[in-house]
Parts: sequence; structure tokens; C-alpha cells
Amino acid sequence: MSELIFEKSKKGKTGFSLPELDVPQTPPPFEVRQEIGLPEVSEPEVVRHFTLLSQKNYSVDTGFYPLGSCTMKYNPKINEDLARMKEFALLHPEQPEGTLQGALELLYHLERYLAEITGMSRFTFQPAAGAHGELTGLLLIRAYMDERGEKKDTVLIPDSAHGTNPASAALTGCQVIEVKSDQRGGVDLEDLKSKLSPKVMALMLTNPNTLGLFDENILEVSRLVHEAGGLLYYDGANLNGICGYVRPGDTGFDVVHLNLHKTFSAPHGGGGPGAGPVGVKEALVPYLPVPTVERNPEGKFYLQWERPKSIGMVRSFLGNFLVALKAYAYILTMGGEGLKRMTEDAVLNANYLLHLLRGHYQLPYDRICKHEFVLSTSPLKEYNLKVTDVAKRLLDYGFHAPTIAFPLIVEGALMIEPTETESKETLEAFARALIQIEEEARTNPELLREAPHNTPVRRIDEVAANRNPILKK
Amino acid sequence: MRYLPLTDADRKEMLASLGMESVEELFSDIPPEVRSPALQITSLSEPELEKHIKELGEKNRDLAELQSFLGGGIYQHFIPHAVDHLSGRVEFYTAYTPYQAEVSQGTLQAIFEYQTLVSLLTGMEVANASMYDGASAVAEAALMARSITGRKALAYSAALHPQYQRVLRTYTQHLGLDLVELPWTEKGQTDLDALPEKDFSALILQNPNYFGVLEPVAEASRVIHERGGLFIYSFSEAVSLGLLPPPGSLGADIVAGEGQSLGIPPSFGGPGLGIFATREQFMRRMPGRIIGEARDAEGKRAFVMVLQTREQHIRREKATSNICSNQALCALRALIYLSLMGEKGFRAVAEQCYHKAHYLSQALEEIPGVKLRFRGEFFNEFVLTLPQEPEGFLNFLLKNSILGGIPLKKYYPSLKQEVLVTVTEVHPKENLDKLVHLLKEWRGGLK
Repeated sequence: MSELIFEKSKKGKTGFSLPELDVPQTPPPFEVRQEIGLPEVSEPEVVRHFTLLSQKNYSVDTGFYPLGSCTMKYNPKINEDLARMKEFALLHPEQPEGTLQGALELLYHLERYLAEITGMSRFTFQPAAGAHGELTGLLLIRAYMDERGEKKDTVLIPDSAHGTNPASAALTGCQVIEVKSDQRGGVDLEDLKSKLSPKVMALMLTNPNTLGLFDENILEVSRLVHEAGGLLYYDGANLNGICGYVRPGDTGFDVVHLNLHKTFSAPHGGGGPGAGPVGVKEALVPYLPVPTVERNPEGKFYLQWERPKSIGMVRSFLGNFLVALKAYAYILTMGGEGLKRMTEDAVLNANYLLHLLRGHYQLPYDRICKHEFVLSTSPLKEYNLKVTDVAKRLLDYGFHAPTIAFPLIVEGALMIEPTETESKETLEAFARALIQIEEEARTNPELLREAPHNTPVRRIDEVAANRNPILKK
Repeated sequence: MRYLPLTDADRKEMLASLGMESVEELFSDIPPEVRSPALQITSLSEPELEKHIKELGEKNRDLAELQSFLGGGIYQHFIPHAVDHLSGRVEFYTAYTPYQAEVSQGTLQAIFEYQTLVSLLTGMEVANASMYDGASAVAEAALMARSITGRKALAYSAALHPQYQRVLRTYTQHLGLDLVELPWTEKGQTDLDALPEKDFSALILQNPNYFGVLEPVAEASRVIHERGGLFIYSFSEAVSLGLLPPPGSLGADIVAGEGQSLGIPPSFGGPGLGIFATREQFMRRMPGRIIGEARDAEGKRAFVMVLQTREQHIRREKATSNICSNQALCALRALIYLSLMGEKGFRAVAEQCYHKAHYLSQALEEIPGVKLRFRGEFFNEFVLTLPQEPEGFLNFLLKNSILGGIPLKKYYPSLKQEVLVTVTEVHPKENLDKLVHLLKEWRGGLK
């Protein structure tokens, strides 16, 4: 059993080194707090503790991580080193602009690259994650509608959408109406028409959607929404399936958020920090959060805080700057052609893997996919197995499981996104494992139900953990 | 392309197995009239990229080169080297959300330890796995208080970090909240007497506040509880928790602040670490990811995400928040930092910040024409009033490679001659003496 850092604590151990206080003391006029209870551990013990902990993690650098809609691609090492440079990591956001010219120039150019890639006019870097970008984007649309005196308070969201979409809409005081998907996995046009009304502020769409499918009717969807007086919001979670091939802005989207930690290779960090910059078409530029990064005629970069129509701020300062820096380095490494090749390989890998698995698992939407696809494990119900059992068994084969039980419209969903940074051989090994597991399901279902067998811990009892949650030592 | 493992032969073979000749066929579902124009971005080789970014870096002046007295939400503290090494392990930073708990015990246990440390630091019963930053954590705390109390009026101090105030207003602008801003007194504390007679969902106070001044926390807690509202304690300088009484002991119902001081570099303002903690009774109303202790099939201790039924992927528009991630790597840095510093080290950092700030403020106050704007007690930041608007002085300091402080009129138009000065343990006494000397020199040059 692995000990907690607190369980390694022993009075008298020290893991720090500071200079002695070199000024006279001023006795505090308030009561200083009693013992906090922080652990006391030496440096080598701390290093071993966290090194051993790290080894209990599965990660992109140690194996295939086909988590659908998360784009777990390789994270380039040079980008990590660049983000650690003191010239960036040791900048204070309140420094005078004259001392920040390199950082501002970087953001200025990254904004233009993202605008070029997506077909939008301007971007804000303040949102710290995709969901944060959704909130920001919807606030921008509301500000735009409010200024036009439009009383709109409804957001349409397809039933295949990520749960953050409706949660973000609720935060902007809007009602959510779900739109059905059609037989081919796209927005059901008839259902959309029946739900459009003058109250509709926006349709939020992920395209390719969470089924990995590009909505073939996107231009018609866009026309219908705009004719009804609404705007189109692009959830950029799946940009890796179309980057360089089609720009959201050209298909009618008015606002987009991007996930720099997905498409643009910044690491996921075990859950963050990410970055969710939001881009808008010209008509929405006045509402962008403050400050924006601008360049004056002399070529000096500065922050513009005076934006009377701005929605305000959604985070302090300029968002997760060091994540933006990694995305900038990635875009420059790939270049325009490289980004297109990235998408090609991501889509080719997904379709090839789908091809290898066809016939072994149920495929609810059998068409060309983009960067990911969704299989159903529902036939395994016959053996009293759930999708979780398949996922846990995959861990035994040395693979991370795909996203499971999502999207909600596919029963027992396995959502598989291989990304472009995996080799043909890896895809084939993964397919062999999944095929083998399907056979095990039929011949030895216990093997799946009791999986995983060779991970740092065995299957965890989540129900018990939720009954009386223990959130600290 | 070095990040792409497929060879041309692979691609051909894979396409052939799909019955395709060209990769273009994989994109036949995209209407031809909206195909993207070729992106005009020139690719750089690895050495060229490194050179380019270094050149950009040289256009900045960083805190290793300049002596900085900037704070106001982002702080420069000493960070042990082991923090970078351990948080830089690929197993941590190239993993994602611990959806598959059995192969994510590293991240899960680390966050469990982090939650424990946050509970210790804040004196609160439960903490979440972290939020984006202090500002958004405060906004989420306000939403949580509204949902718990069902009340729309919310009071906050004008001495709350001005950017936190803006984020709070942005987050709540369409939710029909009645926001009441409380002014500050001559001491620089929040004026609790200005709290109108009505039912509030919560009162938000930052301690130390944006001016560095210590707030009457226990009194504030009493006043808002009398009105049936919750007390939300915010902070931007987490090191203050090493010296000040824990907010939980003073009646805080929610603690929401910024943890950047705990082992995270200033980073031009981001990434940071939103710290969030509350009382056990409100655990199920808390936003964000939460990790709990569990047992595996063999009875071994393990860790797993819990209380997910609050969250957006299950509750969708009825979720407690739309957040679906955390700042896991930053939380890990804070955990490693606090593990290394330990009780004694963290206390020493807090004490040094306190004593050095007071040494400097006392020396500066002796200069004629210069005074402390507020008489309230402070931790490691204070507001200085200069004989005139501060641009001249700050430029003079910058010529001497010093960042003297934040001119406050940007956020508070009435504070025209005021500068927020921050001192941390990174400054040896000679830096402090030099600042005093330069202010005297500049003062002497004035007419």
C-alpha cells in the first residue's frame, strides 16, 4: 500500500533551505496561527514519494491513450523547455508594457495564426479551458443580442454534445433545448426547424461531433439558424479532425473556442492547465474580454483595457499564457502544411482503426469518420457485461481505455480517438487487443468483470467511495 | 515531420485497405465550396524555433534580471528545484483526467494529498481538486452561495482584487444577482457598517485585501451570519495562510483564493491555481472535481473521483458548475512545494515576507513626503502615497532595474499618487535598502 506524504512525516526532518532572516523583526500585533500540520519530510524522501507516484500513472509518453474527444497526442519536449525559460516564466503580469514586448508579440501573432486557421477575426486568450471558453463565447453572443435589443434566452444543443455545453448555457441564464441527431449522426434538420424560434440565441455545435462525424448539412444548419436570428457557436474540442481542411468561420460559425491542449499539443497535465481561447467574427469583436493585445503604428505592442462594450473579464490577467506559448511553438513547428498533414494522419489513423475493428464491435454510424469514431458494446449485455468491463480489461493489455459511456446517444459507447502521433503498428496492436477482449467476453466473461488484473490497484469500488466520501486524510 | 510516425508506405497501405487511393477521399463529407485556403504559416526546424523563441524572450525583461516589488495577485517566491523536476515528470504532465482510476493512482493520490493540504491551510473541512484561478474561484463561490441560500443579494468588498471583482460581475451578469460593493475605511479595511439592511446570500472579503491590509475577518463573519448569509473568504497571497489564523476558525463558509504563491512561477499571470474549500455540509454543492479515498477489489487503499453526480457530464444544465477540468499540474506543484517546505519552511517564508515588508515600510515612511496610505495592519503588501503621481518614480526605478510596485489609479481612480508595494522572501536586505535609497534620491531631485 502506498503511503501518503503525511504518513512519511517525522518531526525534525527538513526539505527546504532558505537564507536566515536578515532584517530586524517586527512583532505581529495579531495572534499568529498555531501549528498547521504540514508534513516534515527530507528532500530525497519527497523526491522518491512523487517519483513512485508518477509511476502509477498511465500517460501519453508511456502508451497509447485513445481517449475520445480529448486528443491525447504527443506533447513536444522543446515546447516544455521553452515554457520554462525565465524570460517567460518569470514575467509578472503587472510589469510595464515596455518590459513585456516579447510576450505580447507572441500573443499578437498567435492570435493571428488562430484566426487564420479558424476563419475568425479576433481571439481572446483569457479562458483557461474549453468549458471556460464556452461560457465566454455565450456571454459574447448574449452581449451582442442584448445590444440589438433582442430578447433571446434559448440555446439549442444537439443530444450528442458534451455536458459542458448545456452547463455553460445555464450559467448565462439561458434555457437549453436539445436537438436530436439524425440517422447519419448529424443534426436532424426537421427537429432543428421545429425548435428554432425568435427566442433562440445560438446553436452550439461540435463539428466533427462527438461521434467523430462531420455534419454534412452544416451549411444548411447555419442558414436555418441565422435566418431565425440566432448565431452559431463552434465547440473546438474536435478541431483535430478538420484543421487545415475546413475553417469553422467559413461554414457559418460566429464564435469558436479552441482547446490548445488538444489540437495544438499542449499537455493535459493530469487534468489541466489547458487553455480555451475564444475567437469571434468582426461583429462580435467589440464584446471581447479586456484586455486585448494590440500593436501601435510604431510596432510597439500594448494591452487595450478601454473597451466600453466588453463583457469584462472571465479570468485574471491574460489566461494561461504559458500554455499559449506551447501552442505557438507547435503551430510554428508544424507550419500550414504540417497542420494539414496532422489532420490527414489523425483521420487516416481513425478510419484505419475503425476498419480493423469493423465486424467485431457494433458500429452505430457506419460512414467515413474524422479523427475519432464510436463503437457500441451493447451486444455484450448478453454476457452480463458493461462497457466499463471492456475498458478495464484494456488496461490489462497495456492500453488506456477510450472514452466510455459517451456520447449518451450510443448505448455502451466506446469513443476512440487515436490521434496522428501513433504508428500503424500501435493501432494494429490495439485492435488485436480489443478483438481478443470481445472473444474473452464470449468465452470467459469473468475475466472482464474482474479486470483489471495487473494494474497498480485492482478494480475500485466507486459506489462505496461515494457513500461516505473521504476527501482528506 | 518528426511528430508523425506514419510513413508514406504506411499511408498508402492503410488507404488501400480502406479501398481508397487518396487521402482526399477521407474528406469527401466536407462541402467543396468551404474547403480551407492553404494556411500561410511557415514551418520552423527545431533549432530555428528555439532561436525564434529566444529572440522573443530577449525582448522581455524578467524577474531574474529586475528586482521586483510587484504583487497584487501574482507573487515571486523561492521555488525549490525539486518542484520542477517532479512536476516535470512525463507520467504526470502527459496524463489526463483520471477517468481510469486503476491506472491514474499517481494523479489521484497527489490530488487527495493536495485536498488534505488545502483543508489544513484553510481550516476547512473539505476542498476540491482546484479551479482555474483565484478570480474564477471567487465567482464560483458566489454562485454556490446563491444556490445554497436562494438569495440574490451579494455583498463584496471594494478591496477585493479588482480583477476578481470584474470576473465576478462578468460571471453573474445574466443571473439576476444584486451586487453590493462595500467601500473601504480610512484604515483600508472593508466598511462593514455600509452593509445595507437586507438578506444577503454572502459577503466576500479578501484577506489580506488588495491593499495588503488585514480585514476584520471575525467581525465580518459575525455580521453576515447575523443576516443569514454565508461568509466567503478570499485571498490572493496564499503564503499569508502560514501566519494568519485559518479562515475556517474565523467562521468562513467558503474559501476561494489563488494558490500561485505555492510553487508556481509568476508566468505572466497564468497558469495559476484556484483554491476552493468549504464546510462538509456544503460538500455536495461544491463545484469542480473532487477526489475521494476508496478500496480496490482486494481491499487496498486507492483513490477515485467522487460525487460526480454534481457534474456537467451527468447533470448537464443542472450541474453545480460548467467546469470539467482542474489545474491538476499546478495543484501538484503546490503539493510538492508544501511537502518540501514543510511546517517550518512554510512558516519561515511567511515570517520573512512579513518582517521584510515591515522593515521596508518603516524605512520608506521616514522619507519626507512619503507615507503609508492606510493605517490598517498588513501582511506583505502595503500602499504607499508618493508626493506626486508615481510614473516618474517608477520609471526612475526601472532605469535602476527595479519594478517598484503597481500604480493603483488604473484600478482605483481616486488613488492617484498611490503604489502597491509587495515584499517577499526573495529580497535580501540590500534590495530593500536600495529601494529606500533610490526613493530618497528621487525625492531629493523633486522641487
